[in-house]
Amino acid sequence: MSAAKTTGTAAPTEGVASSAYQQASVYGYSAAGPGLVDRRRARGERRWWPIVGGALIPLAVLLAWWATTEFGDIPSYRLPSPADVVHAAGELGSTGQLWRDVAISTQRVLQGFAFGSIIGIVIGSLIGLSRTASILLSPTIGALRAVPSLAWVPLLVLYVGIFEPSKVILITIGAAFPVLTTLSIALRHVDPHLVELGRAYGLGRLSLLTTVQLPAVIPALVSGLRLALAQSWLFLVAAELLASSMGLGFLLMDSGNNGRVDRIFLAIIVLAVLGKTTDALIGLLERWLLRRWG
Amino acid sequence: MTVLDTPTAAALPVRIAGVGRRFPAPDGGERVVLRDVDLDIRAGEIVALLGPSGCGKSTLLRLVSGLDRADAGQLTIAGTPVAVVDQRSAVAFQEPRLLPWRTIERNVELGLPRGTARAAGRARVAELLRLVQLDHASTLRPRQISGGMAQRASLARALARNPGVLLLDEPFGALDALTRLTMQDLLLEIHAAEPATIVLVTHDVDEALQLADRIVLLGSEGDAPGATIRRVLEVGKKRPRDRGDAQLAVLRAELLSLLGVESHHPENYITQAIKAQRAKRAGS
Repeated sequence: MSAAKTTGTAAPTEGVASSAYQQASVYGYSAAGPGLVDRRRARGERRWWPIVGGALIPLAVLLAWWATTEFGDIPSYRLPSPADVVHAAGELGSTGQLWRDVAISTQRVLQGFAFGSIIGIVIGSLIGLSRTASILLSPTIGALRAVPSLAWVPLLVLYVGIFEPSKVILITIGAAFPVLTTLSIALRHVDPHLVELGRAYGLGRLSLLTTVQLPAVIPALVSGLRLALAQSWLFLVAAELLASSMGLGFLLMDSGNNGRVDRIFLAIIVLAVLGKTTDALIGLLERWLLRRWG
Repeated sequence: MTVLDTPTAAALPVRIAGVGRRFPAPDGGERVVLRDVDLDIRAGEIVALLGPSGCGKSTLLRLVSGLDRADAGQLTIAGTPVAVVDQRSAVAFQEPRLLPWRTIERNVELGLPRGTARAAGRARVAELLRLVQLDHASTLRPRQISGGMAQRASLARALARNPGVLLLDEPFGALDALTRLTMQDLLLEIHAAEPATIVLVTHDVDEALQLADRIVLLGSEGDAPGATIRRVLEVGKKRPRDRGDAQLAVLRAELLSLLGVESHHPENYITQAIKAQRAKRAGS
């Protein structure tokens, strides 16, 4: 793989990262919003509107896409029609390659995201709660975070090899930092009045953490997890584009090399659906956490 | 169910002897906040700590609660030194400090002593919520209730501790004037039902006069840095007290003049009474 190609693929992935950040921060505020939703329901707003409203723009894009390919003068090797993409899906699905790629990519993301969140929660709690830990760790972590995560790739490939572990480790690195940063900052800003109250009522360090500090930072923790998940998908594709024989990143790479634009479209759509689905799972987790403590 | 299902702890006496507290100043030196504070508080007594803002009232309260340590002197509750965050006392702060993600009921539960049995704890919380007239709001969240209700929940939480000493740091300071009056009456009812020793920090002269057995006036004296006790006034009237009582009016005028506030009374029986008292004190 040439260096030029690497930089060429890095640019669009950065675009994905920034929009994922914005999206996640918007969602982060929804953590405070179950009350709002309740009130809107109480006012009798139609329940189907959020679903239908959210589907309007994708449907419009789909229609415009179809109309362009149907009535426009663009050859199908430049812009495939929706039917071509469905056909590609059927083709890859029947050989089982699509399912294998989806499964392996999802597995890598979930593993890396799980390891990364756990590491992020542990180190983030330490830094957020202990001044000593913050003094000892913060500069190092800040420096590590400043390294663009893709810079680890050559080292990981050399040390760990090009197989599963290097990809999962890369995703772990990508997922750990957003959790770590948001959690440590949020813990540091828990209302000192509430912390003092906990102390006044005889709570020890650990029960203070579980009774006051962690419940207080659930919204921040969830938005950190959302960012981490978006980062996980980002690093998955990066890892698979660089070196892999399976996965959606590989499908993208392979299709690009063979000029199969329909399969590129398919892979992108599948990534969008998977990303949104896993993000919705975080939303469910958030609701469960808020019910548990809320 | 009777009001006192759970035996409440007996009220405990507090002794403050030669207590001082300094804080590091921004310029690197030290700022003396309290010095030479001596005060004996009887079990079951209501004492109001009164003084201008920043005079160390809250600091003294924090020292009694064990949230803060004194640099000098000794603090004891019932003869034994105050421990770090002493569990024989309970604090209610100026802000209600309720956990926003918990219901009122579960917030009050936080005050129960460690190791309270679940059923007994629940009964106790229900009983206290009735006492502070919040039984209808037990499943609401703090953001759904008014400031006065939140402050009552905070009181109930402090009482759940079964404290021998109840420490109140300007508990009604952020409430509107009318709510404050009803809360004062409620506090006296609570005191009758659960007779803990109460130390109340306030900057409201009328509140102190309405509630306290004794009013302790804190402030600086002469050129010495830091605040100390300037005067201890025995109110000596049975509660509940008439808010318009003439004797209280005399005390009010005296307190206000000690606090450096002009009371705008014409030369009349009140000012004459104050002068007579001062002369008596100077003579004795």
